[in-house]
Formats: sequence, structure tokens, C-alpha cells
Amino acid sequence: MSAPIVWRFKESKQRLVGGRCDSCGRAFYPLTYGCPYCGARSVKEFVLPREGKIVSYSIVYSTTDAARFETPIVLALVDLGVARVIAEITDIDPSEVSEDMKVEAVLRKVREEGESGVIVYALKFRPLLVDGD
Amino acid sequence: MSVGFKAEKGTGIHGWGVYVPRYLLPLDDIARVWGWAKQQYAGLGVESKAIAGPDEDSTTMGYEAALNAIRRARIEPKSIGAVFFGTESKPYAVKPSATIIADALGIAPITMASDLEFACRAASEALRISIGLVSSGMMNYSLVIGSDTAQAMPGDVLEFTASSGAAAFVVGPASGSAAFFEGSFTYVTDTPDFWRREGMPYPRHGEGFTGEPAYFHHIINSVRGLLDQLGLRPSDFDYAVFHQPNGKFPVKVGKILGFTMEQLKPGLVTPIIGNTYNASALIGLAKILDEAKPGQRILVAPFGSGAGSDAFSLIVTDNIESRRGLAPTFSDYLSRQVRIDYSLYARYREKIRLMPK
Repeated sequence: MSAPIVWRFKESKQRLVGGRCDSCGRAFYPLTYGCPYCGARSVKEFVLPREGKIVSYSIVYSTTDAARFETPIVLALVDLGVARVIAEITDIDPSEVSEDMKVEAVLRKVREEGESGVIVYALKFRPLLVDGD
Repeated sequence: MSVGFKAEKGTGIHGWGVYVPRYLLPLDDIARVWGWAKQQYAGLGVESKAIAGPDEDSTTMGYEAALNAIRRARIEPKSIGAVFFGTESKPYAVKPSATIIADALGIAPITMASDLEFACRAASEALRISIGLVSSGMMNYSLVIGSDTAQAMPGDVLEFTASSGAAAFVVGPASGSAAFFEGSFTYVTDTPDFWRREGMPYPRHGEGFTGEPAYFHHIINSVRGLLDQLGLRPSDFDYAVFHQPNGKFPVKVGKILGFTMEQLKPGLVTPIIGNTYNASALIGLAKILDEAKPGQRILVAPFGSGAGSDAFSLIVTDNIESRRGLAPTFSDYLSRQVRIDYSLYARYREKIRLMPK
């Protein structure tokens, strides 16, 4: 991943900036120029909530050398209430993950371009640390 | 004192936050792997140390501590005029972590931002800088972060204590703060007790030389300088927290200065999580703020090798109660910890290499 691409996506990857349609009012992620629901072009940037629930998940045991230290990787569809995102779940043993688990966003390393390249940071989700409910 | 450090007027801590990673390595497992006898490391007064996960570094840990501090401060990130990141485990040798955190938290672009280095007291110096910036009227709020994934050569005595963690503080006007600064004092000399040369993965240290001429000399002089400046005695404080390279030194220096175990114990965190370097004394301060009551007085004295120490006196205000529940406490982070063994630690901290360099 090149440094310009990392820079271009920092708002969406590090701050959960998605979009919200002025026409139909629905939120979505990632940000696109047109609303994926009604096709309207009147889309504004929208910061998504940091807490949600796991809708579904998959555990990836076979990865590339670049992800060897993080394997196995838990990938999940997370419902944030106003929108859904696909994200990595961290700080969890794969045997502990479950549907409806409450999670929250945390900044983590997602990739390193070798020992001399750029370090890519992005939001992942982890089990909710303090449940206010 | 010719330099004439002035007692602080009008600055305080508005928000505080910590981060302690999920994984905990018992010291007995390090000893098992490297053949140490219990009597060789029992005197350190440390049972276990916190280990950052494979996707964590000082930047990610500092980010979360800062997020917690801003939540407690109840301020808009854009109102922060400076971000200081104190560490000796920078992910990049050249490229600031402070800008990564400032952008990811929505503080950038109208802000000062820099990484500071002074072994374990860079973040402590950032506190003093922030007091100056706020009290001079240059800005309303400054964010101070201390974060380290402490390095230690495998099998070295340092490996028994070098751990991972972060602490952060929002410094602002005394009015509205959770605790205001009463005074601060700094004492530095050129003392080669601990260092890491450019390009080297692990630091070297002067064994016993790290004690009397370094840790004890500098903390004792910074604390005595502060007490003289304010006309206070150790008995005037409810809490005292010092840099904690192990569980023994902070107790010893506290007793030399005239503090009691009752004052020292609430801020002692190294026996449980190890030495988090730049976050060591500052996590201890945050833990005290998690439980302190309005009107209580706190002494905090970090230390950094090379060498220097700062001493601060803080008085807790009525605002503390309403801030405490706005972010996870030190205890919340401990409650989720799981024990790992040396093999997982070696993998998580990349002591195992996939390819030769």
C-alpha cells in the first residue's frame, strides 16, 4: 500500500468517516459520491458511532506472511445502528467471539510495508471494555 | 535557586486517561526460559508485566489513553492547541506519532504537535511545557501523552520489568480542572545510567549505577526543590507517586524523602503491570485520580535516565467526581487481562523473526 493511498483513506479508516444522504437520510460506509440506497448525489461526510454489535463473523486461519503475527484474524460485520461496517475484531480469542457481542472501535496497526515502509493504522473493533447498560 | 522556578498559577488537569494492554506475562515464565533463580529477581518486587498485542505500538496505545483523557475533559478536540507525545519506543525513527494521534482524534490541523525524547521522562517534561503554554495564555488546552512498548534484550534483567502501557492528560486552565497544579520543579544532569544508540534494538544500562547517582539522586533533588519552593512537608500530601522501574525503588525513595506506605501504595502499579517507561509514574497518577477526593494533595515525580526528574504538586478539585466515570479506569483495563506465556510474548513482540535482517 503506497503512502498516498494511506493518506487518502485516513479519514475513513482512522475516524470512521462515512456518508449520509441528504435525500433519503440513510448513513453508509465507506463514503461514496452517490447514495448506495437511493442514488442521490447529495451526500455529506458523517462520523459513524464507535460502538456496535457483531452481526456475523468469519475466522481466517490461512493468511499471508505479512499477517503471520496476527493470525488467526476475526473479520466481522458490525452493526453501528445507523450503518454497518466490515472490520477486524482484535483483543479476542477466536473461541470467544459471538453474534450480538458488543464491540467498540480502537486504533491499531493493520499493515506494515516491510521494515522500512509506511505503517498503516486503522480502526478495528474489540469487545466493549465498559458496558454502560 | 538561581533559575527561579515559579509556583504555578492557574493551570490544571482537565482530563486523564490510561491504556494497559490485554496480555500479562508472569515473571516466573521469563525465569523459566532463561534459567534465572527466584532469588535473582524476587527483589524487583514485580509479579507480572503487561504486553502489547501484535497489532499495538506506542502510537495506538497513546491514542487510546488520549481519547480517554479528552472524554474526561469534556472538550472539543479542535480546542487543543498542542499534542506532545513522550516515548522511547517510536514506531518511526523519523515521522512524528503526535501527528498520527492528532489527526485520528480530530485535533489537527490547527495545533502544535511533536514527539519528545528523554528516556522515561519525556512526557513529564511535556507536562511542564504545557503548564507554560496554558499559563502564558498561548492556548487553552494541551494534550500530553506518555506511551511505551519498552524494549529489553531477551534474557537481560531489564526483560523482567520492561512492559507496555500509556497515560495521557489534558492540561488547561485551573478553573474547571479536576486537579490544579500548585507547583513544579525540574532537576537534570548528564548521567549515563541507561541509553540506546541509534539503530540498536535494545537499550543498555549501568546495572547498579542506575540507582544512587541516577534514580535516587535526581528524584530526591526534584522533590526537595519542590517542597522548598512551596514550603511543604511530605506529611502535607495525601498521595505520592514516583517513577517505577521496579517495585522496590519507588518505595525506597519515598521512605528516604519521608513518605509513608499509606501515601505510596495507591500509586504503585509496576508490581502488577511492570515498568511502562514514559507512562510509569503517570499511570500511577491516573490511578490516584481514579480514586482521589476533592481537596486532597498529590505529589508526582517521574524520572528519566540520562538523567532528570520533575516533581509536581496537585490539588484535587470538586470536579473530579463528575469526570471519573466518563472513561475506563485503570482497574477496568486490569479486569480484562489474560495471562500468556513466554512463547506468545516472543511472538507478539516480534522476538521471533520470519526473515533474517
